[in-house]
Amino acid sequence: MASLQDRAKLFPSSPLGAAWRLCWPILVALGLGVLMQLVVRPSIDAYSSTQILNIGIAIILAVSLTIVNGFTGQFSIGHAGFLAVGGYVAGSVAFYGSFAIFGSGSAKLGLLSGSGLYSAPAGAPLITSGELLFFGALLTGGLVAALLGYAVGLPSLRLRGDYLAIVTLGFGEIVRVLIQQTPQVLMTREAIAESPAWKVPLSVGGSLGFGNVPKYTSLFWVYAAVVITLIFAYRLKQSSTGRALLSIREDEIAAEAMGVRTTYYKVWGFAIAAFFAGIAGGLYAHTLGISLSPVDAGFQKSFDIIIMVVLGGLGSISGAAIAAAIVTYLPELLRSPETLEKFAVIGVPLLVVGFAMLGMASRNVSEGERRAGVDRRALPRFILGLGTIILGLSVLAFFARKFKINLGDYRLIIYALALIIMMITRPQGLLGVREVWDSALYRPVRDFFAPRHGRRAS
Amino acid sequence: MLSVENLQVSYGAIRALHGISLKVEKGEIVTLIGCNGAGKTTTLRAISGIVRSSGGSVNYEGRDITRVRPHELVRMGIAHSPEGRGVFANLTVEENLDLGAFARSDHAAIAQDKEKGLSLFPRLRERLKQFAGTLSGGEQQMLAMARALMARPRLLLLDEPSLGLAPQVVQTIFQIIREINAAGTTILLVEQNAHMALKVAHRAYVLEVGEIAMEGPAQQLAASDEVRKAYLGVG
Repeated sequence: MASLQDRAKLFPSSPLGAAWRLCWPILVALGLGVLMQLVVRPSIDAYSSTQILNIGIAIILAVSLTIVNGFTGQFSIGHAGFLAVGGYVAGSVAFYGSFAIFGSGSAKLGLLSGSGLYSAPAGAPLITSGELLFFGALLTGGLVAALLGYAVGLPSLRLRGDYLAIVTLGFGEIVRVLIQQTPQVLMTREAIAESPAWKVPLSVGGSLGFGNVPKYTSLFWVYAAVVITLIFAYRLKQSSTGRALLSIREDEIAAEAMGVRTTYYKVWGFAIAAFFAGIAGGLYAHTLGISLSPVDAGFQKSFDIIIMVVLGGLGSISGAAIAAAIVTYLPELLRSPETLEKFAVIGVPLLVVGFAMLGMASRNVSEGERRAGVDRRALPRFILGLGTIILGLSVLAFFARKFKINLGDYRLIIYALALIIMMITRPQGLLGVREVWDSALYRPVRDFFAPRHGRRAS
Repeated sequence: MLSVENLQVSYGAIRALHGISLKVEKGEIVTLIGCNGAGKTTTLRAISGIVRSSGGSVNYEGRDITRVRPHELVRMGIAHSPEGRGVFANLTVEENLDLGAFARSDHAAIAQDKEKGLSLFPRLRERLKQFAGTLSGGEQQMLAMARALMARPRLLLLDEPSLGLAPQVVQTIFQIIREINAAGTTILLVEQNAHMALKVAHRAYVLEVGEIAMEGPAQQLAASDEVRKAYLGVG
């Protein structure tokens, strides 16, 4: 990682450079979004496209929580509360906004919106007025969530550790119960005309859920948001604000002694995380087949996000994203043991190769290597571990099919076991605080292929 | 430069400092020695604003800083190297140093100061890209001091730099403390290792359960029977 001074030199603060720095992530986001929607989606089936969409939303959630739990080291267990706030606010704006502007609550799809079999009619424009409303609704949801994050964070982030965890848990539950208390019947056009204006957006379906939200969410919207979230999180981590957040995680007193206003930065980290959770919530609310409900604000949902962050490694953006993809996709795999069984095709060769490499690595470890900390066995061990997991899953699937057990029902047990095994064998998570592109992560590879010292034919 | 008058600190119902007064003049090394729980760390934390005092006042360069928040004090030229080193273990040595200059924005001068710090602690240069958590205890202490210096302080508060270090390393650390002082930084040093502290300091205060028990020139205190018995383990 370059030092802050080097980076200051790399990016001279010319207005043109600043504009470029602002623009290219947006261009990349739009580019990937269009690619996903117009190229990838037509070439895969509706089921896979739904999975990829869900993974995208999970990535945004996990990366946003990484800012609080990973960067700042504060333990928030009410993140789903912000998801729900963002979702309900965005849904409400889009639904009732559509009534007010277009006279009906249904979506006006353009080419870039819609998922599954629900697509824009032939000859639809690239961007419709409905999509602009949807975009505004997403931002509103995110901003309201951020505002709430700020309001909740200001008094509670003076607390540390367990105490903060309890406050955030309480926050999530409050959101859940409040949403439950809203009217269950959504308003019709006639009812809207008669109700006072402030009451309209509060009618969001109560405990029955808010299912009639126009279904705009598509691979385009989700993956554009994923790109923005990832680049934002990465830049945050690299910036001096990010360093301040990390220093709080490492040692709050030392951070304070360095001149970091710890409470101020904690609250901001919290608000930023809430913003992205709110955006994810908005995307989720407008997804086909989803009926946003109070349960989405609950502890179970928060816990799902925490699992992703912890598995990925607290503080690692890429780790959280990878874990989000795995944790979202795994239950789908468990539901189809036939696919899972075929994983043996990968698992068995991995084990064979792993054992062979272990054998090679274990021969003649010289004293010098040991002293230099060169560990040739690390890479074989990793391959063996990976092979064991994959083969284990496929064996599990084999027996599940034989005894007609639905592994999907045991999803939580498998999660819990995975967490336990992870905490025992690799407590720092998949990547620890590193990112996938950190060269230090590939030390096992370098060590394994390091030239042998000592005896040499001459 | 720094004068503390009747400073009191309480943790809940427990009084940690019963009213401490001390003075640090420009260019001095002043040491605060005492046993575990005497209130040395609390005194430093109260001065740097990390702990709120419940009575008394702290003056620095003619300004009352009793209620000034720590992040402003850093900008006013007071740097605090906390007890137990407090290096940011999962950040690299370089990132730790950058954070030391967090309150500053003069990039060119920061780069210069980093260079200066690295020549003062050459060991750190070899480990620039390494996580601070992988350093040895002595190296971590060096990093903590180098990091505090990155704030370009006029007054450096050092909390137990010898904690848990081998005697050889302690020698090196104290040698560097002398060098830092010779380069013009005033130092308030908290130490349990009275022997070393009295050797480098100009003046000293002895703290006993939240009160100043003795004060005077370091050499004089080192020679006094009470200090020799209680803190130097002689006689």
